[in-house]
Amino acid sequence: MNLPHPPTAPERPAQSSTQEHPVVKWLLIGLAGLFAALFLLLPLINIFAQAFSSGLAGYWNTLKDQNTVAAIRLTLLVAVISVPLNVVFGVAAAWAIAKFEFRGKAVLLTFIDLPFSVSPVVAGLMFVLLFGANGLLGHWLEAHGMTIIFAVPGIVLATMFVTFPFVARELIPIMQDQGREQEEAALTLGASGWQTFWHVSLPSVKWGLFYGVILCNARAMGEYGAVSVVSSKIAGKTGTLPLCVQKLYDDFSHPAAPFALATLLALLALLTLGIKTYLEWKSRREQEPL
Amino acid sequence: MRRDHTRSSQANPLPGFGITLGFTVLYLSVLVLIPIAVLSLKALSLSWPQLWHLATNARALAAYRLSLGASFAAALLNAAFGSLLAWVLVRYRFPGRRLLDGLVDFPFALPTAVAGLTLASLFSDNGWLGRFLVPIGIQGQSSRLGVVLALTFVGLPFSVRTLQPLLENLDKGVEEASAILGAGRLRTFVSVIAPTLLPAVLTGFGLAFARGLGEYGSIVFISGNLPFHTEIAPTLVVMRLESGGFDYTGAIGVALVLLIFSFTLLFTLNWLQGWSSKFQRP
Repeated sequence: MNLPHPPTAPERPAQSSTQEHPVVKWLLIGLAGLFAALFLLLPLINIFAQAFSSGLAGYWNTLKDQNTVAAIRLTLLVAVISVPLNVVFGVAAAWAIAKFEFRGKAVLLTFIDLPFSVSPVVAGLMFVLLFGANGLLGHWLEAHGMTIIFAVPGIVLATMFVTFPFVARELIPIMQDQGREQEEAALTLGASGWQTFWHVSLPSVKWGLFYGVILCNARAMGEYGAVSVVSSKIAGKTGTLPLCVQKLYDDFSHPAAPFALATLLALLALLTLGIKTYLEWKSRREQEPL
Repeated sequence: MRRDHTRSSQANPLPGFGITLGFTVLYLSVLVLIPIAVLSLKALSLSWPQLWHLATNARALAAYRLSLGASFAAALLNAAFGSLLAWVLVRYRFPGRRLLDGLVDFPFALPTAVAGLTLASLFSDNGWLGRFLVPIGIQGQSSRLGVVLALTFVGLPFSVRTLQPLLENLDKGVEEASAILGAGRLRTFVSVIAPTLLPAVLTGFGLAFARGLGEYGSIVFISGNLPFHTEIAPTLVVMRLESGGFDYTGAIGVALVLLIFSFTLLFTLNWLQGWSSKFQRP
């Protein structure tokens, strides 16, 4: 913009050459807006409209049904176990990958991405092959009175698999950008390894970490494919919220019921997006004075 | 480019390398690598003709064809509309821009089962969109079109979010230079801007395509899951698993093919991203 122009060239290129004609501009905005309204906003509104189509009482009856309550509890339980484990993994992986040089780092990064590209259904099948009744460890587990597949541990494992990369993927680039000068300074000043980690490294990645956690959590609570393969869909026993949505949908008797459950998951999605927007705003504000 | 501090000093004084790397590798092996190895070994322990039949029978082939075709169509739609959205969000200021920007991530945050549920109802005979589309012959529910629609919905954030940072960092000086040299806006877009964006558009396309191949949750609701017609490969894996009782072999062949698709795509995407990052300015 402040490049010196040759004296013969016009002071500034004609408006029409560096910007689209206003008609084109508003046409593009209109098209994008229409697409988003029909394809993104309408599905969201539809969830709530269908959920309340049988009235407020019907909506409330679905939510307070004991199968629903059991599903909510199971969904929370699965998230409470799988998210913290993936956070510990994510922080450890980011520390090793971002702060140190070693051979095979690129391969390790590719492996961490694997769960993103493996179909959730295939992931579920892998755990069935390992722990199912006729799986590799099936007989051993049965002999020791343990069940993993068609039970809560299977759901947790499948969820951990599909949400595995979220925290690590979020943290690695941030930690790499920060280098390790601050940690080295802290260590020189006499801080211990743990002190350096808690007081120097962790605070500087806290927003990224938080963002990774909410994404991981949203996926953990909403996962369907992998979980449906390892769970037995018996009502109230091993069904998470998304599985119950499917069960109610197949049932046909209450067309509004699956949507009532879906509103809970849609609210979770909206909450996740809200927190994400807030975190982006917050981290931008903290970066500005620098 | 990130600053390379790590090579500057010879001895790294930071603690915890052994334990964090060890834990990372252990966790990765238990949760990801061993299960993948078990699936591959189970597949290879079958006799070759049996595996070949499981992986390439007519029903499986029809499922791959639909999975690949629908994912391709959805990725193409996303490349088009995703580029439009990214362009509009980065280049223009208009009321509702922030809302639009937030909405783009909605398919990513919404559980796919819910996405399938609401899309199926929108396009059904008396749904908000179906009541206009079905009479003119556009059947969005229980059809291949439905598969494409659901995959487009789930894949949309990938193409927008891949392109957006690149567009934001685009050097406007180049556009001005092009304008000064006498190019019209369309010419500048086609021969100056578009080639720079191409690697990111391709990466977004690849990510959406990969997402589409593995997707299951949203499809179950909208496609009707008819063998040879609207059954995608992941659905076939589930069907085989459920009909097989405790015999898992039926599901293994198709799952192995899907796994090979994933690996191929993952490596292609890694290469693509390396290529496209060369085009990004620091």
